[in-house]
Amino acid sequence: MKFTLSWLKDHLKTKATVDEISTKLSAIGLEVESVEDPAAKLGAFRVARIVEAKRHPNADKLQVVQVEVEKGQPLLEVVCGAPNARAGMISVFAPLGTYIPGSKITLEKKPVRGVVSNGMMCSAAELELAADSEGILDLPAEMAEHVGARYIDAAGLNDPVFEVKLTPNRPDCTGVRGIARDLAAAGLGTLKDEKTIAGVEGGFDNPIAIELEFPKGAESACPVFAARLVKGVTNGPSPEWLQTRLRAVGLRPINALVDVTNYISQDRGRPLHVYDADKLKGAVRARLGKAGETFTGLDGKEHTVDETMCVIADDSGPLALGGIIGGEASGSTEQTTNVLIESAYFDPLRTAATGRKTGLVTDARYRFERGVDPESVLAGLDLATQMIHKLCGGKPSKATVAGHVPDNKRAIVFDIGRVEKLSGLSLPGAEIKTILETLGCVLVGEGDVVEVTAPSWRPDIHGAADLVEEVVRIAGIDRIPATPLPRTSGVSRAVLTDKQKRARRARRLLAARGFVEAVTWSFLPKPQAETFGAGSTLVELANPISVDLAVMRPSLLPGLVTAVERNRNRGFADVALFELGQAYRGETPQDQYLAAAGVRAGTAGASGGGRHWDGKAQAVSVFDAKADAVAILTALGVDPAKAQVTRDAPAWYHPGRSGTLRLGPKTVLAYFGEINPKTLAVLDVAGPVVGFEVFIDALPPEKRKSRAKAPLDQSDLLAVKRDFAFILDRGVHAGDVVRAALGADKALIDSVTVFDVFEGGALAAEGKKSVAIEVTLQPKTETLTDKAIDAIAQKVIADVKKATGGEIRS
Amino acid sequence: MTGTTGTGTIELDTLKSELLAQIAAAKDLTQLEAVRVTALGKKGAIAAQMSKLATLPPEERKAFGAANNAVKEAVTQSLDLRKADLEGAALEARLESERADVTLPVRLGPEALGRIHPVSQVFDECVEIFADLGFDVAEGPDIETDEMNFDKLNIPAEHPARQEHDTFYFPAKPDGSRLLLRTHTSPVQIRTMVSRKPPIRIIAPGRVYRSDSDQTHTPMFHQIEGLVIDETTHMGHLKWVLEEFCKAFFEVSDVKMRFRASHFPFTEPSMEVDIGAEAIGKPGQWLEILGCGMVHPNVLRNCGLDPDKYQGFAFGMGLDRLTMLKYGVPDLRAFFAADLRWLRHYGFSVLDVPTLGGGLSS
Repeated sequence: MKFTLSWLKDHLKTKATVDEISTKLSAIGLEVESVEDPAAKLGAFRVARIVEAKRHPNADKLQVVQVEVEKGQPLLEVVCGAPNARAGMISVFAPLGTYIPGSKITLEKKPVRGVVSNGMMCSAAELELAADSEGILDLPAEMAEHVGARYIDAAGLNDPVFEVKLTPNRPDCTGVRGIARDLAAAGLGTLKDEKTIAGVEGGFDNPIAIELEFPKGAESACPVFAARLVKGVTNGPSPEWLQTRLRAVGLRPINALVDVTNYISQDRGRPLHVYDADKLKGAVRARLGKAGETFTGLDGKEHTVDETMCVIADDSGPLALGGIIGGEASGSTEQTTNVLIESAYFDPLRTAATGRKTGLVTDARYRFERGVDPESVLAGLDLATQMIHKLCGGKPSKATVAGHVPDNKRAIVFDIGRVEKLSGLSLPGAEIKTILETLGCVLVGEGDVVEVTAPSWRPDIHGAADLVEEVVRIAGIDRIPATPLPRTSGVSRAVLTDKQKRARRARRLLAARGFVEAVTWSFLPKPQAETFGAGSTLVELANPISVDLAVMRPSLLPGLVTAVERNRNRGFADVALFELGQAYRGETPQDQYLAAAGVRAGTAGASGGGRHWDGKAQAVSVFDAKADAVAILTALGVDPAKAQVTRDAPAWYHPGRSGTLRLGPKTVLAYFGEINPKTLAVLDVAGPVVGFEVFIDALPPEKRKSRAKAPLDQSDLLAVKRDFAFILDRGVHAGDVVRAALGADKALIDSVTVFDVFEGGALAAEGKKSVAIEVTLQPKTETLTDKAIDAIAQKVIADVKKATGGEIRS
Repeated sequence: MTGTTGTGTIELDTLKSELLAQIAAAKDLTQLEAVRVTALGKKGAIAAQMSKLATLPPEERKAFGAANNAVKEAVTQSLDLRKADLEGAALEARLESERADVTLPVRLGPEALGRIHPVSQVFDECVEIFADLGFDVAEGPDIETDEMNFDKLNIPAEHPARQEHDTFYFPAKPDGSRLLLRTHTSPVQIRTMVSRKPPIRIIAPGRVYRSDSDQTHTPMFHQIEGLVIDETTHMGHLKWVLEEFCKAFFEVSDVKMRFRASHFPFTEPSMEVDIGAEAIGKPGQWLEILGCGMVHPNVLRNCGLDPDKYQGFAFGMGLDRLTMLKYGVPDLRAFFAADLRWLRHYGFSVLDVPTLGGGLSS
């Protein structure tokens, strides 16, 4: 919404400066997007007279002109390239030092082909008053009396333009008067009385029938339609003052009839339409559109209507989209002599829906979709009639009104104590009442509880909270004292849930293991989602922004793996990235899960990658990924020794170099492994990548019975270590050897570690391998005798053999 | 037999000086050991002298024995001293030979390489601040219903605000309903009010989605919203909470703030808040950072709360935007590009754990 200062002053008596008005508008909810103050931009330009013009001695296309820039002062010599410069011409002069907005230069004193120019004669384009121009401004002769004056003052251009970004709840401020009313309430002046309109009612009946034809239930589309015929008008360009105003707010003057409607729309927020009555066939009706109907709009384009849209039609078909755009065929032209003025009320929701469907953005839609004051239907019609009569002559008919003005009056029982209760701002009752009354509310009753009726132009006011908002924004939000929120506890307590704490811990753990945290999109290209889709029902967007962001990610890995490749292409081969976030196995809230996932590529192991004098780092392997997964479980309070490792990770992992960490058959804690080369191919990723996914929601809750730690069980007896090497079939899992050894004596065997695995040499040919373990025995009560140790050793050998078929290596 | 003692003493003196000379002449520990054996061994010189004791007359034995012991003691002491000297010299020589090029670079270790994403870091900072004010952290799903994302928030189907949100939808179901990606974290506020009785103090952080992509918009970004519901909380409390948050978050003693009336369907009254850019070292500008207001009576009613009894405020701001403002990060799109160069530069060390006691940023 745009308006100028002088236009505002039509409605508001004020001495406030441009800055004061601007600050206040933003404070009361009418956010100022821009203020264009011509004095700031064009204040230096002066009206000047060219007294003499001669050809430049050294240039064919230049002239040297003598310019009167101040009455009675010596003439200034100026070099001018404009073909239209001539003696006696009144134009615009810029002195040295002036910034020329159109050419973005500041004038300096320097010779042009040997002649020093003491300034510049300017074109409209150089002042940004026109897109382009041929030659300098050629002002009318009567401007001669203003020689020496500021051009913006002489030309009436010194009118600051405000642009306000209106929120959708303020239809009243789509007119300058509404803005003036708010400013008056906020103490920036007084709202001037509306001029009374007299003498518009004509002496004859409107011969054009106006009808509302809506099926039951759709009457709200256009509940009232008023019209008046003005016969014998003389249309043509509107007067200069009107054109100037319209241009200042970005509207193009068309002709007097149309300009009047645009002026009232901008001035009062009351859109109107004018038809050339001679082009109408039969009655004018507001009705719903019919499938297949079309009309050509004032934008010159053909529009197709449907059954949800409100159209204005005559016997020939639709003429216009009600509340949005008029039609070309029935519009007024300079030849129009009989004009039908329309003033109606169109339903905001239907207008908005039609606007969206058609994509039409018009000044009428801007107003009707916010909710035009229904009471302005007749007042607007009268105002338009009066202006048209004044500017174009003619004889107005009586008004025809179809339907009834909808009553949107709402009485609200208002306890003025609500203001302080909701806002914390204590105001005298009288001030509250004054603010509401200045905004147009009608208050009935005395004391603290009153009945408030909101004005018809404020359809957004429904209840007490709305009234509090009106009072607070007008009184000034800055007056509300900041009030400490009472503390809920002396020392602040912990607020995170166990899951949130685990997420935080996992994030810091992974960063401590050298990973860099990434945040990647929640949506993926479909082929990527499908590749990671096993176990998920893929959820695909109906309106994705691109095919690359189309399906909700079933796993965090694809985003990370493709990020590895992007970084590799930038020259970073050793990459360790992780993400902690949500992924989706389906569309329900239960299908959304929280995971910590990471990928390593190149030599980016936990201790760092790349070449180093101390020895080149190893290429990352499945065991780096396993170590990461196990580290997370440990950090999150899950004993990894209690988890089983199974070889059934999903298909996006290498079938031989991957595993699942699980608790029992149902609970999967994590997957880890090399990413399957087939998967990498789908993701268009070249080199090997290892990765893991830990499912934070699946982890068993931490059992914390007491904050005190369990007593320390510390034996004074020395632990005994014994080594065993077993020859096993290659397919046997080392984990089974360890488990069997641990089980040989649960009381005494404290730990079992694998310290050597050998699969080469002669063993390889036999399909065998050697696994060596160190078994630590921790005596609890007495030192173990050699005999006792031997007995346990034999049990270890026997149990391992029983479990794995492994023979002790002799 | 007179003079025997004298002769014996002279012999001992000679022996002593000879042995001490040998000790002094020993060049290394091996030679010194040889001297020790020569002197103090079972068949050594001093033992040989001692063996003469039996041949002496009884009245001389005591003096001779004492003199012999004195020699032994002197030699032993000298041996020990010499040994310590030689050992010291040997160690010196070894240390002299043991030289590493300590200018060689070392691996920095994983904790120096790892990084926390700036958005995660700023989220942790916000949690610290709001935890101190008694706010829990509430979460909810990204895939939501029209009801949770719009209807219950007082945004009916035809409301223009519903269109402004540029919503991502999923395909319509047979009953005509369709799921969507939440356009704000406000559905978490709804879920909280529906499931818990006041008093409520929560923040709701998380990913949100809007079908918008340009220089300053990404189709996914992060919000953090706050909600307080009880029977007395008013706009003055809201102002105080936001002022305290901004001071704590930007780690400055004072922040200029400007509250402007505005309009949102889910709050009434509503405000937009600007901060003076002094807080981030750019004086003279105002930066819009959040929208807020008193929870709309219709929203309370939609959640089964009586608006005549309960009231409170809500606010919402962009976590990514807060990050950009505080840490001078220029481009929103880079947040989600997983570019190592960017992450290493703008990311945080694992040890930068924000706390109120130790400071949010170090």
